[in-house]
Amino acid sequence: MSAGSVAISALLEAIPYARFLGMRAELAGDEMTAILPYDDKLVGNPILPALHGGVIGAFMEMTAVAQLYVAQGHLRMPKTIDVSIDYLRSGRPETTYARAHVTKIGRRIANVHVDAWQDQRQKPIAALRGHFLVSPKDDG
Amino acid sequence: MTDNTPDDGTAFDRLREVSHMILDAVPHARVLGLSLETLEPGRVVLRVPYNPKFIGDPETGVIHGGVVTTLLDNASAVAVTSAMENYTSTATLDLRIDYMRPGEPGVDIFGEAICYKMTRSIGFVRATAYHETPDDPIATAQASFMLDSNAGRRAGANLQPKSSAKGGAS
Repeated sequence: MSAGSVAISALLEAIPYARFLGMRAELAGDEMTAILPYDDKLVGNPILPALHGGVIGAFMEMTAVAQLYVAQGHLRMPKTIDVSIDYLRSGRPETTYARAHVTKIGRRIANVHVDAWQDQRQKPIAALRGHFLVSPKDDG
Repeated sequence: MTDNTPDDGTAFDRLREVSHMILDAVPHARVLGLSLETLEPGRVVLRVPYNPKFIGDPETGVIHGGVVTTLLDNASAVAVTSAMENYTSTATLDLRIDYMRPGEPGVDIFGEAICYKMTRSIGFVRATAYHETPDDPIATAQASFMLDSNAGRRAGANLQPKSSAKGGAS
């Protein structure tokens, strides 16, 4: 495992909510793939069944934050300013993946796009666009 | 909610009768400990208890924003359901959240959702997460929900191979 992979695993391990969801991540160079294995407790629609929209949103938000953490050389945890989530397909009861694309990192603000998919990358189940505070002032 | 339910009241009356089950039926709402505080036609308040398992920042003990996302998404979905004339399934189409400030460690968070417009196929919602009053928000959200989202799909549709699971959110 690369030093980056160790750092990202340590980050997720240190966040109780990431552990609660069961989220993991793998790093290839500076590109991270986040992995959310299926668990019954993640279901929002028990009829279909389908993953809870909040879980998919939270997973993509954490993917963005973790990717920024990698891109910044593991300095500080970015803070979420806003997220806008498109739900494209219901999340089936299987493993979900997500990858973040950092559109821009400015001095204080980063713009990030995240796609989440299951068995086919070209059929995303959801997408997130968000703004993050990357070098928060101490009042931030 | 089956088709042979006797039509002896509005969809909201029937929703209120089963209000104790609304969140129990949602596995992820159960593990977060969501509870229904207020249920009115088109307006809902849910509560998520503070739980160290949901911490997002171990240094401060602040709850992760993802929990707020789930709270507001779920409150919004119930608000849409509470605004219906006839019960139908819903699915989130779009959810935008602005995070105003971190929640306070050790304090429960409330999520109020107001469904301010229903069309034949879409419900529109505004929602706010807060500790004491919506006037001092932790986060605000704007969401739209597709109505009759399960249409054409049987129970367990997502357990079938993809080729036989037609329709859906796409």
